[in-house]
Amino acid sequence: MSEIMSDLFDNIERLSKLIGVSGDEEDVRNYIISRLPSECEYKTDNIGNLLVFKKGRKTPKNKVMLCAHMDEVGFIVSSVSENGTLKFSPVGGINPSVVFGRRVIFKNGITGVIAAKAVHMLSDEEEEKQPKLSDLSIDIGARDKEEVLKHIATGDFCTFLSGYEEFGEGFIKGKALDDRTGCAMLLELLSKDNEYDMYCAFTVQEEIGTRGAACAAYNVKPDMAIVLETTTACDISEVEEEKKVCILGNGAVASFMDKGTIYDRELYRLSFECAESVGVKCQTKTLIAGGNDSGAIHKAVGGIRTAALSVPTRYLHSPSCVMKKEDVIAVLKTAAKLQERLSEL
Amino acid sequence: MEILEILKKLSDAEGVSGDEYAACRVAKELLSKYTDTAEIDSFGSVTAFIGDRSGNKPTLMLEAHIDEIGFIVSFVDEKGFVKVGSCGGTDRRLYAAQTVTIHGKEKITGVISTLPPHVSSDDKKTMKTEEIAIDTGYSKEALLEKISLGDRVTINSPFTPLLGTRVSGKAVDDRAGVAAIIYAVSLLKGKELPFNIEILFASQEEVGSRGAKIGAYNSSANYAIATDVSYAYTPDAKREKCGEMGKGAMIGIAPSLDKGLTKELMKIAEDRKIPFQTEVMGGRTGTDADDISAMKGGIKTALLSIPIKYMHTPVETVDTEDIKSVAEIMAEFIMGGTENV
Repeated sequence: MSEIMSDLFDNIERLSKLIGVSGDEEDVRNYIISRLPSECEYKTDNIGNLLVFKKGRKTPKNKVMLCAHMDEVGFIVSSVSENGTLKFSPVGGINPSVVFGRRVIFKNGITGVIAAKAVHMLSDEEEEKQPKLSDLSIDIGARDKEEVLKHIATGDFCTFLSGYEEFGEGFIKGKALDDRTGCAMLLELLSKDNEYDMYCAFTVQEEIGTRGAACAAYNVKPDMAIVLETTTACDISEVEEEKKVCILGNGAVASFMDKGTIYDRELYRLSFECAESVGVKCQTKTLIAGGNDSGAIHKAVGGIRTAALSVPTRYLHSPSCVMKKEDVIAVLKTAAKLQERLSEL
Repeated sequence: MEILEILKKLSDAEGVSGDEYAACRVAKELLSKYTDTAEIDSFGSVTAFIGDRSGNKPTLMLEAHIDEIGFIVSFVDEKGFVKVGSCGGTDRRLYAAQTVTIHGKEKITGVISTLPPHVSSDDKKTMKTEEIAIDTGYSKEALLEKISLGDRVTINSPFTPLLGTRVSGKAVDDRAGVAAIIYAVSLLKGKELPFNIEILFASQEEVGSRGAKIGAYNSSANYAIATDVSYAYTPDAKREKCGEMGKGAMIGIAPSLDKGLTKELMKIAEDRKIPFQTEVMGGRTGTDADDISAMKGGIKTALLSIPIKYMHTPVETVDTEDIKSVAEIMAEFIMGGTENV
């Protein structure tokens, strides 16, 4: 791990702490721009994607776009009640069980909490039932609506307030590791001396239907694409082998199919080959589930051959996503090699 | 020191029932400015005495519980996941994906594991406590060098200021009460008092008022004022069961409480224009006051409660002005003496 710049995990930490809910990715984009090497050319397209080009020593046979999304799941304020609490809608898929009893933070630093009447007041039946998001509200400590409106407007975004931490034997946890980890990996790849020209797309609005990626593919018009992502791992206590989907510590996850994409077979096989050639582990997902920017990209501009490389991640879309550092390194190294191979394929 | 600072220190300290030591140390340290008699007793409670035992003054106990709800490690499985039991009434609605700390030989961070919707059987049901498996990122062997069965577990939730005088944190139940007593003592500093004051920050309230039973037995108090938290109204609750946040101390009226002492506290609050509201309970109060009042030959006991929202969650929310009201009523009563009770 020593040859990997220490910037990688520092960037993952910093990026994961930024607030960048789908449709409000500005802070993430600005951070990434501030970290781009000076030789990069970049532009922000109309939907908000950050498109970066870096000249390599060689012009590739195939134009390969590397892609990661900047947005995260979160909440948008839908109305303010007279009693001074905020009603909200989830942005992206969030399970109500990871929302109850949490803190949230707005971009202006205002913090709030989400909970409900005390456990002591619940009937036996109520205790069994997970409260729906539509029954919850955000409490920022305001006495009434008027006090709220001094600080918060409807349409404001907020996200989980949750720290980044290293723990256990080489694990990290934090919010928004999906997909700031991918963003940090792209930054790392851009900071290296590159053999071939590099096209990187930091996309928006993945969590509400891979909307940015479709525009990025149209604007860049690559021949091939590699999506760097996180994917659900269910390798927890008491889950049977075939239901684990993928396993932390078993390396990069190359996908053959998910809910949005049947991946290019040759690129899928090449992913394993590349991992092996750089001496890292690679696995696949054993469940056809989920989806990512590949779903939009592979169908765009007449068809783009696409591969996805993901970091296996526990508790996705919660304030405490968990991944193993060695898997991040495995994805990064595999992606670097795959970009080279695809450039000349 | 301001109430906010006192509460922050107390709320961030850990002290799950039966292992209150860290929280006790913080409370003892905070008391040390006002008395050098504070001690942590063998049952995990903090006691202190302000006054002169040789005189004839009556003794008043100020009591709050120091423990908080949490979990206790009951098993480590083959993969290193940690199973737990509850200490006190934990809330099943909030278990999934919480970051926790296991207080072992060292502090171990973990996450309560949960399955995503496409694998779990029913995401509309709350997780049971016995379903909790804490992901620590260690193998069983490595983990058991760092933790043991019986270690306590707390949910990580640092003290967080909200708007105005409202704040949120874990263990506001009942560190807010502890903070009220410490603040009351600070208001009395240097004054000649008509009472001897005994302080009891009792352990193990959340598992059945055990520290209070022991503390009250060992006490020589004639009077006691207990302070705990109670429900502040939220729109999903029954209004008649709740007080209101920001409207001051909730003075308890209940058959188990002393009528005269209760009336005097209300009179003082009214006279001194200290904000208060009443909380009527039909039998016992569900607080340490029940045990203190019936201890030995009986101790005349009143209850001052602090309204909080989201009780027994890691985001318990309180208005520090309400803590201040409780402290002021205590201090004013103490300066007034026993004439009317």
